[in-house]
Amino acid sequence: MEDLIFNLFIFVLASFIGFELISKVPPTLHTPLMSGANAISGITLIGALIISGATGGAFSHWIGFAAIVFATINVVGGFMVTDRMLEMFKKKEDDQ
Amino acid sequence: MSQFLPEAIQSFLPNVIQLIYLVATGFFIVGIRRLGSPATARSGNQLASIGMLIGVAVTLFDQEIISFEFIVAGVVIGAAIGVFAAKKVQMTAMPEMVAVFNGFGGGASALVAWGELARLNPTMFDTQSLITTGLSILIGSITFTGSFIAFGKLKGFIGGGRIALPGQNIINLVLTAVALFLVGWFTIDPANQVIFWSLFGLALLIGVLTVLPIGGADMPVVISLLNSYSGIAASMAGFVLGNNLLIISGALVGAAGLILTNIMCKAMNRTLTNVLFGAFGGGEEGPSAIGDSDKTVQQTFADDVAIQCAYAKKVVIAPGYGLAVAQAQHVLKEVANLLENKGVEIKYAIHPVAGRMPGHMNVLLAEADVPYDQLYDMEEINPEFASTDVVLIIGANDVVNPAAKTSPGSPIYGMPILDVDDADRTIIFKRSLSPGYAGIDNALFYSDKNQMFFGDAKKSLQELATAIKELD
Repeated sequence: MEDLIFNLFIFVLASFIGFELISKVPPTLHTPLMSGANAISGITLIGALIISGATGGAFSHWIGFAAIVFATINVVGGFMVTDRMLEMFKKKEDDQ
Repeated sequence: MSQFLPEAIQSFLPNVIQLIYLVATGFFIVGIRRLGSPATARSGNQLASIGMLIGVAVTLFDQEIISFEFIVAGVVIGAAIGVFAAKKVQMTAMPEMVAVFNGFGGGASALVAWGELARLNPTMFDTQSLITTGLSILIGSITFTGSFIAFGKLKGFIGGGRIALPGQNIINLVLTAVALFLVGWFTIDPANQVIFWSLFGLALLIGVLTVLPIGGADMPVVISLLNSYSGIAASMAGFVLGNNLLIISGALVGAAGLILTNIMCKAMNRTLTNVLFGAFGGGEEGPSAIGDSDKTVQQTFADDVAIQCAYAKKVVIAPGYGLAVAQAQHVLKEVANLLENKGVEIKYAIHPVAGRMPGHMNVLLAEADVPYDQLYDMEEINPEFASTDVVLIIGANDVVNPAAKTSPGSPIYGMPILDVDDADRTIIFKRSLSPGYAGIDNALFYSDKNQMFFGDAKKSLQELATAIKELD
């Protein structure tokens, strides 16, 4: 139970950091912010790596494999499409 | 991969991995911080992706990982699909893309929790792991199916309107309560397959049933909320595995999604409860007093619009999703350039729900090379309409509907809108007098300060561009 409470502290504190960081983002950037954050939520890939590579039956390896495919789509696609969007944001000076 | 390292290092390895996770966390936080300004946003995203790369790479050295066939195959397949989708997607389809990615993220988290359960003997799990495994499966599965329903709605595969059984809200509440009860039961009796599968199946069903009744106009809220869920699901998976990097990153994303959800709700003057359980948003329940015969509109044509704009000091453009549907952003930019060359000041007024997701319109205009410093948020631009000569309203309707301020009976009453009626002249580019996405008639059409320029947005703008050129 101590672990749970310790982890809850981390979870809550990180949420506060998230609120602080994101409440400052201007509306112009909300779409890239969302797709970038979305890519970060693919961090679950790390868990998927462990499950499909660690000891366990073939069944858990296949579940891990599916999780890796899903999470990698999320991570790779998310960061790339965010980059594609942000590349288009230009100031007036470098318009020409 | 740890077996390739010298034994002296191996004993430190778990701690080293944790410390490098801390570094990755730093990359994420600084990356999100830099996403907060257009000038630094691109580097912010790159920093976050480097953080991810570091996190993934160091995990491969985890001593638990002994085989790599599945890992290599999974990453290659996933990356190929991700790259293909990211390169091919149209900017107008960004909400669908984010919804799908969200779904995969949430699904992955549910699978991770399930996989951990399948890998180890459930009776060896402590209570904390069991609770969070249950929650991870619950939230991840809801995100998974909910996102794909949202995708279908945005794509138009599933009707945009309200699809609901009678008493749908009560059914959803009861199902959610049952699901939470099953999480509790699962914690007590983790080896019980019936309980486990009931929980899994019910979670998938809840995702479908909660998003299905929500109207198309409310999709920006739903996508933001699902984004938040996918973060929380990742965090829960982190609790299961005892992995701080997952807990922190998931919490950051969960917070981001909640803030955006809140912003979207405010922009539509709705509460979250109202979006999730309310009836509005589909369109078919709007009042039917559309196109009353006793009301008249002034019609205008390209030549006249060209003269009014070219001799104006300040023109504000209020774009809506209709502009993007007509693929008219580039022609609009051309018109704006022509007017700027004549010394007209051009600004763009962006309502928070102008697109199909938060900030969507800004991306669509950025794609057409509109510089971001000409894009103004609603709060910034509203005081300026009084000093504006002409407002061009293109493909937008509900966000300029004065009913939001004047008629308490209207479904959009109280929604903040662009105060275009403060300007000397408004010109609405529209195919017909039909109501907008929310299905509500617009009194602005009949205002004596307003003129209607009927036709397809792209064709009308092309005509306007030609007309402005001919003025020389």
